[in-house]
Amino acid sequence: MTLKPKITNRTQISGTYIRIIKMALKQKLLLVFGVITIFGAAGFQLWIPILLGSSVDIAMDVFSAENADVSDQLIFSGVLLLISSIMRGIFTMAYNYSGESIGQHIGYELRLLYYQKLQKLSFSYHSHIHTGDLITRGILDIEGVSMFVRTAVLRSIYLVVLIGTGTYLVLSADLVLGIISLSFVPFAGWRATAARLQLRSSWFALQEKLSILSKVMDENLGGIRVVRSFASKTHEMDKFDRASEEALTIANNQVQIKSKNVSLIGISFLTAMGLVLWVGGLKVINGSITIGELTTFLAFMSILQAPVRMLGMMVNAFARGAASGGRLFSVLDMSSDIEDSQGSTKLTITKGVLKFKEVHFGYEGEHTLNGVTFEVKPGHVVGIVGPPGSGKSTIAHLIPRFYDPSSGAITIDGQNIKDVTLDSLRHAVSVVEQDSFMFTASIDHNVAYGNPWAEDLDVETAARNTQMYQYISRLPNKFSTMIGERGVSLSGGQRQRLSIARSILLNPKIIIFDDSTSSVDAATEQKIRVALQEISRDRTSIIISHRLSSLMHADEILFIEKGKIIERGNHNKLINNNGKYAELYKLQIRPDDKNKSEKIKNER
Amino acid sequence: MNVEDSTPGSIPPKASIRRSSTISEDIFGSAYDHKVVKRFTGYLSPYRKLIIFSMLTVLLFSVTAVLLPLIVKYTIDSALVAGVENTKILTICVTLFFTTIALNFVGNYLQELIIGRIGERVLIQLRRSMFEHLQRVSLSFMDKTQVGSMMSRLQGDVGALQEFLHTITVGVGDIILILGVVLTLFFLDWRLALMMIGVVPALLLIRVIWLPFARKAFIRSRVTASIVSGSLAENINGIRAVQGLTREKVNYSLFDILAHDNLAAQNKAARFGVIMMPIVDTLTGIALAVIIFGGGLLVSKGNLEVGVMVAFMLYVQRFFDPIRQLTMHYSIFQRAMAAGERIFEVIDVPIEVKNKPNAVTLKNIDGSIEFKNVTFGYVPDEPILTNISFKVEPGETVALVGPTGSGKTSITSLTHRFYDVWEGEVFVGGKNVKDVTQSSLSQQVGMVLQEPFLFTGTVIENIRYVNVDCPLSEVVEAAKAVGAHNFICQLPDGYDSMLEQRGGNISLGQRQLLSFARAIVANTKILILDEATASVDSYTEMLIQDALSKLLKGRTGMVIAHRLATIRSADRIIVLQDGKIIETGTHDELVTTNGLYSHMYSLNYSSFDDIPDDLIKEVTREWREGIT
Ligand SMILES: Nc1ncnc2c1ncn2[C@@H]1O[C@H](COP(=O)(O)OP(=O)(O)OP(=O)(O)O)[C@@H](O)[C@H]1O
Ligand SMILES: Nc1ncnc2c1ncn2[C@@H]1O[C@H](COP(=O)(O)OP(=O)(O)OP(=O)(O)O)[C@@H](O)[C@H]1O
Ligand SMILES: [Mg+2]
Ligand SMILES: [Mg+2]
Repeated sequence: MTLKPKITNRTQISGTYIRIIKMALKQKLLLVFGVITIFGAAGFQLWIPILLGSSVDIAMDVFSAENADVSDQLIFSGVLLLISSIMRGIFTMAYNYSGESIGQHIGYELRLLYYQKLQKLSFSYHSHIHTGDLITRGILDIEGVSMFVRTAVLRSIYLVVLIGTGTYLVLSADLVLGIISLSFVPFAGWRATAARLQLRSSWFALQEKLSILSKVMDENLGGIRVVRSFASKTHEMDKFDRASEEALTIANNQVQIKSKNVSLIGISFLTAMGLVLWVGGLKVINGSITIGELTTFLAFMSILQAPVRMLGMMVNAFARGAASGGRLFSVLDMSSDIEDSQGSTKLTITKGVLKFKEVHFGYEGEHTLNGVTFEVKPGHVVGIVGPPGSGKSTIAHLIPRFYDPSSGAITIDGQNIKDVTLDSLRHAVSVVEQDSFMFTASIDHNVAYGNPWAEDLDVETAARNTQMYQYISRLPNKFSTMIGERGVSLSGGQRQRLSIARSILLNPKIIIFDDSTSSVDAATEQKIRVALQEISRDRTSIIISHRLSSLMHADEILFIEKGKIIERGNHNKLINNNGKYAELYKLQIRPDDKNKSEKIKNER
Repeated sequence: MNVEDSTPGSIPPKASIRRSSTISEDIFGSAYDHKVVKRFTGYLSPYRKLIIFSMLTVLLFSVTAVLLPLIVKYTIDSALVAGVENTKILTICVTLFFTTIALNFVGNYLQELIIGRIGERVLIQLRRSMFEHLQRVSLSFMDKTQVGSMMSRLQGDVGALQEFLHTITVGVGDIILILGVVLTLFFLDWRLALMMIGVVPALLLIRVIWLPFARKAFIRSRVTASIVSGSLAENINGIRAVQGLTREKVNYSLFDILAHDNLAAQNKAARFGVIMMPIVDTLTGIALAVIIFGGGLLVSKGNLEVGVMVAFMLYVQRFFDPIRQLTMHYSIFQRAMAAGERIFEVIDVPIEVKNKPNAVTLKNIDGSIEFKNVTFGYVPDEPILTNISFKVEPGETVALVGPTGSGKTSITSLTHRFYDVWEGEVFVGGKNVKDVTQSSLSQQVGMVLQEPFLFTGTVIENIRYVNVDCPLSEVVEAAKAVGAHNFICQLPDGYDSMLEQRGGNISLGQRQLLSFARAIVANTKILILDEATASVDSYTEMLIQDALSKLLKGRTGMVIAHRLATIRSADRIIVLQDGKIIETGTHDELVTTNGLYSHMYSLNYSSFDDIPDDLIKEVTREWREGIT
């Protein structure tokens, strides 16, 4: 039994930041370099206002000094300013670059982790999580985290260093003015925190809404033929509008939060500056400080202006980083329910005997399979029939361990498939899916999807064996012809045959055909089966089909209903049984008059 | 060589590393593209008044920002300098200062709010136009287009524009600020101003050299990013095939290559971005040095007020900060232009199949379908159907049979005018499908597609689909008719049970039944069933047929199937091979007129096309010869 996985997005927020920071810590060299250069950048940045102030005083000292001396001093402080500006630039560049680079490395690392995780997560997870959602997380949320690291992490260190050192400097220069010039910091900090919290929850909400929106768009485009055939444009646009209006409301709310706080922080900063001017002015008038010293304070404040403006952006990056990180980590933290068990060994195939022993299974606590037992010997074929939803595909999915049975055992040559490595199992077993996925690639790349090292000849043989060769060789680009997404440019039967070709190219020991010829005409199917028989006498096969001619010749036929095998035996035995299989057979073999079907119906 | 003994990182020969699609993925141009900007402004025009107003707020914000140092200057010169100390003037100046910052606050708040909101609106509008256009473009275009690549335009590119809108507010403000600063500087002291502006040509020169390199780096970083996204999306969509065919390792190493490329490209772009920092700072330093030296000398000679010098120092920051910002924003601008181009490219996809200007609504039709000498194909010069002519009378049910790839589905697509024919005409209800509106055509022709597709949502939502007002009783009746009622009732929430994406949590046969029920609820005059029961067992199918024959009385049907049982119930049978009609007639007719069908019938094959090829050839020849 598998539990429905719930993706929670709100993992602990502080935990999210810590994890991101931990990832950043792995880039030790860059990080150390970044932090060192931050001190350089902040130091030179703070030196500039001091130099500016002192040069104002120098210029004003005209009355008390020789002119030549003034000019020398001015040259000296000019050169110092030039040097410190250049150094500031270089250090700023250096720390910004380390920030960028760390962020991109984290983005890269997350991308790989995410990719790997998705490949490991079992079918049951994938069927519950919308692909649009996964794609949004993989693109937008990774970008969100990376952007947070790029623009916010090192910068906040910089800001702390800048304001911290600045605090010390201004306070030691003049206590009162110092306090005044920094008076905006607590207020700005408060607003920034408030904004960050508000934005974070709104980013959560917005990402959710955007996920819904992308679901709507993704399904619309994926099901475009249905949309067209029902002329449901208005219906679909309604869905779109609803989702996008909801997103818009949140986005507008975000804009409101941002504008409010950005402008509040701005005015608090400017108010502090005005107060410095006022109080400082008074001090200049009563002679306790020089104009130069006042200039230092004002210049200090104007240097803070850019970082304060940056604060708004950083707050946003922080909020988005937390929201995106939470969404991302919730996927990365899911443990797959299908994994190699401890001490699993490689599957060793001696003969290829597949056994189901009292297998029970349910998708969500229901009873989909109720004690299924059967055995397939090498070279033998087992056929499975049964009404829709009886559990045929479910049986097929248990063999390569796309799902695990809740009780009972499945063995191959005596080895429980739970105790062998997934990789070796899935190399030995291939399921031709009922609705197979084709990739946007050329025909040969699709056929060779499971083994991209395959020779041309192998691909050709697989195509011949599935009766596709003739069709492909008539195409202008032959095997290089591109096929559209999910195989749209192929007919239903062609798509199914390509998917068979893809599986037989792998030459698996055990192969399961899940209704994989329903759109292939019986004549073609017959030829495919003959071809397959020749190349694989010792293969173990299961054929699931609604068309009895496909499995009439099977060594054993299982009739499944409601997850139970209710009839079993070879064709002749089942016909003699005169049970449900026999009814199906009568319906299919010679449906010549209405009376017969009436009769069958009445019999049931 | 096998998957297992592959060295990680080596690219296998038969694996695509880059994906291609109809419209190229990699359009990346300049930071300013006139066409894009013009189209874009089209979307802004409804908000003209608001935009003018917001520009005023930007102006207010920038002008007040420029005024502040000026006020500081006056304060120093008229209230603080030795000799003129005056507390009163100081108070006045400070009051002025506070008034100005109050205005600055208002400007700041309004500009962020209004432009932010307009921006969000416009983005939604853009996305909507794109999406709406995709609802109308022909299927021949959609066939060749990856959903993922469209999604990346609908999301990623719209997102890139959003970033752009955020920065453009700042950008416009910055430009006004720079202009304001320059004006003020000249007003204060033209000599110092000239000295300071003197460094600007150097900056421009450096930018001219920097630009081509930087652009290349930025473009590369965008292209690689979009390739990475595409590859991720494809892996997610095809994850079952990936796991089933154990392709994980190969894909992972391919993806690693792409992601690594992207990392390298982004790092390079970042280097080009940050290199401007020391350059701009050096120039700032030069300007500062010039002011201190030149200005200081002037002050010391009494030729310049100290306040002016202080003001200049404050202005230097205001002047160079935006310049540095504008350089940073370059990549955002350029990305926006590329994004805009990709968006408008979608909006500009020509619609091949569209309503004629005088198209009529198809109403109260008799339900006939007629093909007259129709020739059609998907690829130029490769006809799939050649010279097809047949007529389905109102109320009649016709079966289309033939081997795989013979063109059956294509005929149904043409009936619904998913594509336009090359030659000949298709009539529905006596009207050429080209002369009627597409939506009215859809209301007359219902289809059960070969590939069942369900939406995420409840069972009942899926059956109702467009007919949201359809009463529950009709939904249940339809579900019963297709034999879906029983299994729906067994689902946890019955008709309100949630279906996952594409109906992934029910079996394929069940999906087929639901999509069948959906077509019945649509209640159309014509119903096309394209292997609607292929994934259903014969017994269930028989029950469906019985129920349907009552439900669909008086409607026209076109049925595609491989099973004789399905075909037999049709009034007439059309036999198709290689895109040609080789035989047609009622069941009884065909049985007696010694043709292909009678051969097949007497041979007792369980499926129509369960006939050896040579026999078909032989019979076809006999039959053709019989005609001529
Ligand atoms: N969208 C498309 N683009 C290009 N070629 C296509 C497209 N759809 C179908 N074809 C080609 O047209 C031919 C006829 O396809 P069609 O789907 O009509 O066959 P069909 O008779 O329905 O076959 P099946 O029984 O397998 O479904 C096939 O060779 C197919 O490859
Ligand atoms: N992913 C899933 N999550 C939950 N329930 C599922 C899932 N897949 C199938 N089921 C349910 O399990 C039962 C068995 O489904 P299964 O796909 O095995 O049927 P099947 O015999 O293959 O039918 P068909 O002939 O229609 O393909 C059905 O009732 C179905 O609704
Ligand atoms: Mg199935
Ligand atoms: Mg078809």
